Amino acid sequence: MSVPRRLVDTLLIVLALLLIWQALHHLVGETALPGPLPTLSYLVELVPTSRFGENAAATAAAFALALVLAYGIGLAVGVWMGAHRLSGAVGEPILVALYSLPKITLYPLILLIFGLGISGKVAFGALHGILPVALLTMAAIRNISPVYLKSARTLKLSTWQTILTVLFPATIPEVLAGLRIGFTVTLLGVLLGEMFASKQGLGFLIINAMSLLQTKEMMTIAILLFAFAAAANALLLWIEHHLHRRI
Amino acid sequence: MTRAGWIRLAVLAGAAGALELACRTGLIDRHIIVAPSEMVGALFAILASGSINGDIIRTLGIIVAAVVLSVIFGFGLGVLIHALPRLREALDPFFATYYAVPIFIFYPVLIAIFGLSLVPILLIGVATAIVAMIIATLNGLDRVPRVLTKVARVHRMGPLAAAVRLKLPAAAPHLFTGVKLSVSYGFIAVIAAEFILAPAGLGRDIADAYADFNNRRMYALMLFVLVIATLVNMLLHAWDLRWAERRGRGRP
Repeated sequence: MSVPRRLVDTLLIVLALLLIWQALHHLVGETALPGPLPTLSYLVELVPTSRFGENAAATAAAFALALVLAYGIGLAVGVWMGAHRLSGAVGEPILVALYSLPKITLYPLILLIFGLGISGKVAFGALHGILPVALLTMAAIRNISPVYLKSARTLKLSTWQTILTVLFPATIPEVLAGLRIGFTVTLLGVLLGEMFASKQGLGFLIINAMSLLQTKEMMTIAILLFAFAAAANALLLWIEHHLHRRI
Repeated sequence: MTRAGWIRLAVLAGAAGALELACRTGLIDRHIIVAPSEMVGALFAILASGSINGDIIRTLGIIVAAVVLSVIFGFGLGVLIHALPRLREALDPFFATYYAVPIFIFYPVLIAIFGLSLVPILLIGVATAIVAMIIATLNGLDRVPRVLTKVARVHRMGPLAAAVRLKLPAAAPHLFTGVKLSVSYGFIAVIAAEFILAPAGLGRDIADAYADFNNRRMYALMLFVLVIATLVNMLLHAWDLRWAERRGRGRP
């Protein structure tokens, strides 16, 4: 199928979603769900305000720190469990079990340890992100074709040369998939943290708007976060495909 | 059990033991974490008193309802979308993005529309779980071997018989993956929704205990939710393995 036709079809679906939104708005009324057009005009109004700027900056700072932690710890654990077979066999089921748990249950524990400020949010976001990064990195290292390692040995490469010229390029597409999923769940973790107990950030703004019944603000922030996450995901997916093609 | 299995057990037991020791000796303040033995004791006391029976039934009931709805409608939508290739191509970017965006932030919007009741929690559970089932159904139907369509023709099966006796069993492993993911996502969304804002339920109980500084109760309830979630996930995993083994022996 040609690309323009696909694009048209996808745009038609976006249009259909907007129409459903408009219909829902008529069904439930202005206070429960404002229509798409007023929401978009409110978006233009809200974004330049300092209130939005400060809270977005708070979320961005917490998210960036959480991401650094999730990537650092996740990659370290993943490389260790991928390279050391017994550690992987012992640790993998534990990581998988933790991955599918409702981690929100652990949030009070995080709050009691790290306190209500930014460190609690960061720790909670990182807690979400570490697991997929570690699991996919581990899988990437385990799935390296033994032929690569044999050729590295035949060429008498040193350990560092093997890591840099063989292991790193061979694992990067899969590791990148882990980083992409880690990005998503870390963002969700930070936002959940802000929704439950915080006085700052976009998650807090949403909950605050809900208690004041300002649905327009709620929808606007939700849509902005949506757009941000979707754009970041598309960018990371594009890089991933690009690297896959090269290998 | 394998060697790795024993080591894993030892690691987990060691971690629980170390935590117990650290709590008992006062190394960890009991206002932060209570000893594991105390959590278990408090949990038994709460369960024996029956005070959370209503919340257990409510929360697990919503999760079961959300998963059942997601699996039925997700499968139905998956079959429908699979039959319409043009629609499917148009939807592909949405499926690729769906789990990358925090769907959960729409929960407050649902509360504004439907009020503080069961409905927003159920809907956020379904919204989170159903797309995994749709994607799994599409994957499963994609992987039905073409030869089975020919087999159906040779045996002069009607479309229904071919679907039930050939295509469904061939797609079953993928469908089961969808069910597993739906359960996991349903659990996460429902508990998270109750935790943020809900009239009742286990998530709400934990949030209340946190607000009351009632650590014993809070940790006991957290332990309960985590144990139930782990048991359910392990059960599904075990079923998956058993089915995979049977398929490995050449049975459909």
